[in-house]
Amino acid sequence: MKEVVVLSGKGGTGKTSIVGSFAALARDKVLVDCDVDAADLHLLLRPDMREKHEFWSGQTAYIDRDKCTECGLCEEQCRFKAVADYKVDPLSCEGCGFCSHICPSGAITMKENKAGEWFISDTRYGKLVHARLGIAQENSGKLVALVRQQARELAEKQGIGYIISDGPPGIGCPVISSLSGAGLALIITEPTLSGMHDLERVLGVCQHFEVPAKVCINKYDINEENADRIRDYCRGNDIDVVARIPFDNSFTEAMINGMPVVEYSRNGISQKIETLWETIDRSLSK
Amino acid sequence: MIVSIASGKGGTGKTLVATSLVLSLKDNYNVQLLDCDVEEPNDHIFLKPAIRDSETVYIPVPQVDENLCTFCGRCSEVCAYNALAVFPKNVLVFPHLCHGCGACGYLCPEKAIAEENKDIGVVESGHADGIAFVQGRLNVGEAMPTPVVRKVREKANNEGVVIIDVSPGTSCPVVEAIKGSDFCLLVTEPTPFGLSDLELAVETVRELGVPCGVVINRSGADNSRVEEYCREKDLPVLLNIPLDREIASLYSKGLTLVAGMPRWREHFLALFDRIQGLVNERSSCIKR
Repeated sequence: MKEVVVLSGKGGTGKTSIVGSFAALARDKVLVDCDVDAADLHLLLRPDMREKHEFWSGQTAYIDRDKCTECGLCEEQCRFKAVADYKVDPLSCEGCGFCSHICPSGAITMKENKAGEWFISDTRYGKLVHARLGIAQENSGKLVALVRQQARELAEKQGIGYIISDGPPGIGCPVISSLSGAGLALIITEPTLSGMHDLERVLGVCQHFEVPAKVCINKYDINEENADRIRDYCRGNDIDVVARIPFDNSFTEAMINGMPVVEYSRNGISQKIETLWETIDRSLSK
Repeated sequence: MIVSIASGKGGTGKTLVATSLVLSLKDNYNVQLLDCDVEEPNDHIFLKPAIRDSETVYIPVPQVDENLCTFCGRCSEVCAYNALAVFPKNVLVFPHLCHGCGACGYLCPEKAIAEENKDIGVVESGHADGIAFVQGRLNVGEAMPTPVVRKVREKANNEGVVIIDVSPGTSCPVVEAIKGSDFCLLVTEPTPFGLSDLELAVETVRELGVPCGVVINRSGADNSRVEEYCREKDLPVLLNIPLDREIASLYSKGLTLVAGMPRWREHFLALFDRIQGLVNERSSCIKR
């Protein structure tokens, strides 16, 4: 099974639009939305939900006021400053359980958190595994690991060859969770100084976790000089720039119409994305 | 006053708004910018601060003295993150899973666990053109941004105006950055992705009890859906920044909007006045 994850470092560079198009172009695949705290892929793929599951992860401390003797040990020991006035602030509690182990009157219990939901859906292009992290919840990395695991099981069961994942922005926990063990990372960047700065950091993460990376420069004509600098940087680091896609309103128009770009318009942009997918497909098959 | 700038979706223009807002305010106020997007901090590209001070952020991770350890297994039993595994003759520590809560060391019956500091990032402070500047930077390969965000937040100067640039999303590092703000400005774009993620951001900010308003960036011919949503949710739309190639080009070169197009300064000043008005109105409501 071959898995490609699409990342960017900086948000808003076009990850989801590209993944939506890959969904339409790749024949035999399971799709995964790993951006569990701001998922958007479903807006292009318009899924029919087939399965819905609760995601329980992590715990929150709860102090029973009837048993509490107000000794203050929990507040003194909590390193997350989650206890004040013998009450736990659930937003600050990291669920470590330290307080529950040391409370001399056994007044603190840990309660499981419902941290989100995950879904398996049918789309016009095949199965989609996606999720929604609960508002202000932790453990996005665990939810990402879970949706990827579900996608792998689905693909294995049905003999499907590809997994295509839409990754989250940034370089932290959910990105690492989307990346580890994937066959290839495709980084969508843009020729802005911010985009370039963030590209270097996300490439560093790929290198750290030993996942080969390729780069696509989206909206390259917003600043061609910067696009050339990205090309030179990648060349210097032995990373292929596999596509340069010009700025085009059809990205936004396709989104407004709830369609992948390659299905919305049959212009040069679509051909560029098709060529990009062929390149990715070839390098996954190596 | 603390104003945080968040978005849900990435790439909607948080950094553009944060940098132009601080530059517009600096002549009239004592202004500080905290870049809490520690995974991908970008404000420094635009403000080019002179960094004076750099502080490493550590989390304390356990270090087991196997001469004292009896391999009883208590540490791994109390660790909620599976960061310790105890075998008959040795203990394995997985520092990248550790949250640094300290439970294992405190509860070890043999006092065999000390803590060592693991470096996960850095907080840098300095000045840029009359603006006090602080940013956090998570080390590449590290998973946990929240402790770095917390350290940046501790630098907030409570006397003046503090502007916080928040990371995208709605999970823990976002909450840590917004918590305790007097106001949260949500930057969106008039697309289905922008709107969908704005809805999630509004839920998050309201859960935190922080009042919020909206900036529509890349505003164009059809803002009707996002405007309708804002009306329904009683969210004030405080500024529109048009979809404009010149603005995009300035941004690509690392230039702020107010530096490239100085007439925008008055729009940002008016934006801040409206925010102040909303905050004052709310605090007088609470007092009453």
